[in-house]
Amino acid sequence: MAHEATMSPLAHADDHHGEHHESPNVFGFWLYLMTDCVLFGAIFAAFAVLRNQYAGGPSGKELFDLTNVGIETAILLFSSITYGFASLNAMAKNKTMVLVWLAVTFVLGASFVGLELNEFSSMIAEGNGPDRSAFLSAFFTLVGTHGLHVTCGLIWMVVLMVQMMGPQDLSERMMNKLACLSLFWHFLDIVWICVFSFVYLAGVM
Amino acid sequence: MLGKLSFSAIPLDVPILVGTFLGVAVIGLAVLGAVTYYGKWGYLWRDWLTTVDHKRLAVMYVILAIVMLFRGFADAIMMRTQLALAYKGNPGYLPPHHYDQVFSAHGTIMIFFMAMAFMTGLMNLVVPLQIGARDVAFPFLNSLSFYMTLVGALLINISLFIGEFAQCGWLVYPPLSEMQFSPGVGVDYYIWAVQISGVGTLLTGVNFFTTIVKMRAPGMGWMQMPVFTWTAFCTTVLILVSFPVLTVTLALLSLDRYLGMHFFTNDAGGNVMLYLSMIWTWGHPEVYILVIPAFGVFSEVTATFSQKPLFGYKTMVYATCSIMVLSFVVWVHHFFTMGAGANVNTFFGIMTMIIAVPTGVKIFNWLFTMYKGRVEFTAPMHWTLGFMITFSIGGMTGVMMAMPAADWILHNSLFLIAHFHNVIIGGVYFGYIAGMGFWFPKAFGFKLNEAWGKRAFWCWFVGFYLAFVPLYVLGLEGMTRRMNHYDNPDWYPWMLVAEVGAIVIALGIVCQLTQLYVSIRDRNLPENLDLTGDPWNGRTLEWSISSPPPAYNFAVIPDIHGLDTFHTEKQLGLKAHGKPLAPIHMPKNTSAGVFIGLFSFILGFASIWYIWWLAAIGLIGIVATMILRSANRDVDYYVPVSEIEHNEEVYSRRIAATQAAE
Repeated sequence: MAHEATMSPLAHADDHHGEHHESPNVFGFWLYLMTDCVLFGAIFAAFAVLRNQYAGGPSGKELFDLTNVGIETAILLFSSITYGFASLNAMAKNKTMVLVWLAVTFVLGASFVGLELNEFSSMIAEGNGPDRSAFLSAFFTLVGTHGLHVTCGLIWMVVLMVQMMGPQDLSERMMNKLACLSLFWHFLDIVWICVFSFVYLAGVM
Repeated sequence: MLGKLSFSAIPLDVPILVGTFLGVAVIGLAVLGAVTYYGKWGYLWRDWLTTVDHKRLAVMYVILAIVMLFRGFADAIMMRTQLALAYKGNPGYLPPHHYDQVFSAHGTIMIFFMAMAFMTGLMNLVVPLQIGARDVAFPFLNSLSFYMTLVGALLINISLFIGEFAQCGWLVYPPLSEMQFSPGVGVDYYIWAVQISGVGTLLTGVNFFTTIVKMRAPGMGWMQMPVFTWTAFCTTVLILVSFPVLTVTLALLSLDRYLGMHFFTNDAGGNVMLYLSMIWTWGHPEVYILVIPAFGVFSEVTATFSQKPLFGYKTMVYATCSIMVLSFVVWVHHFFTMGAGANVNTFFGIMTMIIAVPTGVKIFNWLFTMYKGRVEFTAPMHWTLGFMITFSIGGMTGVMMAMPAADWILHNSLFLIAHFHNVIIGGVYFGYIAGMGFWFPKAFGFKLNEAWGKRAFWCWFVGFYLAFVPLYVLGLEGMTRRMNHYDNPDWYPWMLVAEVGAIVIALGIVCQLTQLYVSIRDRNLPENLDLTGDPWNGRTLEWSISSPPPAYNFAVIPDIHGLDTFHTEKQLGLKAHGKPLAPIHMPKNTSAGVFIGLFSFILGFASIWYIWWLAAIGLIGIVATMILRSANRDVDYYVPVSEIEHNEEVYSRRIAATQAAE
């Protein structure tokens, strides 16, 4: 993920654009998210083509444990709310509370990734790994890509928290970074809702 | 410890490769030695390698593109020579194993590392200048994009000397590219080279889209944007929408190869047609990513050298946008024969034919721009006229193949090869070279030699027809592409003609090198120097500043009142600069791009050879560099007013001296 953490905060666009005050960083990050959306779209398309190719192996009905997935979903959706609290506190310039809510969000995100890894490892242990059938290849890739994104988001969150510590106030630059991570985090929630509906629910129904 | 890598991976038994390696090593050492001898390492590092200046990145992109042109052309002339020899029992000099790598590398290099790099270079140089901006929106990302492209190019060229390259064509179709049939490292070289450079291209897309949307000079609405900027904008949209699909497609192929998954395999439910649809969902927009900016170049060149405003500016913009949209609904025409069914084929055939309409509109716009204009037949204008003829022919053969019934006969034949070279050489390459001649004085402050430029054009133009018209004939006679040798006596003479064509094109490249040499040698002659910054009586903003421009481009950001404001004000004798000077906020150079590039190279190379500890180092290095960069607050500086004043005074004195001399 080269894009999100590294955007320089150059505001030199402002010098000659009196009418624009929105940071080009946030705009650029929106664009990146749209390309990420196309990326997920392509993986969803591959999943849609391969979803019935079990090759004699198990189907989603046999594999998925909706309780587990339900807990994952609840955790991830809740982490979006806690990130929202962090954003509100950032606008109020209350840095301590931002750090607290980011920490809560981090714990929730890490639990989500942990549950997902647990699900993956038990499937692989039973011989139903991604090399079993085209359906499972597509399943692991789609869900795993989302999980990888969440993991990148977690690393990014830690980096921001470390950068925020210290006596200084929340800078304009840090506010932009928080806004970008916020967009990223909520976006991953939306993608997860699609994963939950099209992969798990539709697989079990 | 070293994964699959061992000394046997170095092809010491292939004399062609050993010779090439020696040549590359000698030239490389000579360049490095020269830099050391003249003590230029510090200058190179400070002023070029770590730069975030879009104009310098542009120069580096174009140099990369020209080097890759040599490599790609060497592959091309090797193929033509093989087919001129390998007739009736003569096996030629390239065994199939080697020949297959040559044609795969030729396509990959020409598209990803010649054309894409050239296009990005032109966009980098011109777009910020045309919209009155001081740099792109994300200067550091711009430097990073360049290094990603460079790393891809390095990987693909290292495959010459360590290991092998893919042998399954420039889009590595499965199942041939799967582990089962291509167990070597060739396909992995392809995947990592294209994947890494693809990330760079995607970042370029984000960067230029933001730049064009957010950083236009005050008063420049969408319909006051120069046509080249419009075409660059459409190209960035195509990049943003199509490159993620390429990333996914190649990622799925790598998962098949590295983790034994079954996306595109023959067994366990894999689906090869999925790969075809996905790769061409990227691949067809990709050809428009390349050619749309070339259309922009032709528009600027035609208008400037006809001394007239572009005919039908608005229709040009609408045509470009229609092509942009239509390019997403034609991808199935790349595999009509593979069983999509008559209805699907009909839809995509009709859509493909419709693309010819906006393209035709453009051709007529350029013709009407020249009509009753005072056309100056400069070298860029030669390339433009050559394009109009060649591209029209290529477009018509394209419409022929858009008919599924005809495509059934022509698919996979040399007719197809002739068609896409017809549009890519005649459209893309001619366009970029026209653009290079047109904007060269802006980048360097002196003009390219006209006589050698025209010689280069005539060699390329004549050479192109000699090399590719025979391929049309051969395609109609049933010769398929990617053939290593043949027995049909009817084909032989045409192959000889095509070989002659390739040699004439080689002369064209020699002329271009001579042109560069002569131009640099004579750069200080008064007729070559560009002292005014406006050597062609230009129309757009880039000609309103000195050549080469200062790092900050515009001392004062101009106010825009309409299309071609600069030209209008010039004719009315208005002086644009009246505003007071202020310190200018600029980005500082950074080495982060170089280091992320270096670690990406390590990651790619190690993954190709299964050296996992090294790959981990590469990945950690990338992440660590990004984190360090994001913590760095010392990323910008201000240019003081005194320095701007000094630059402006030097520039106005040069203009005054030129006017006095006239």
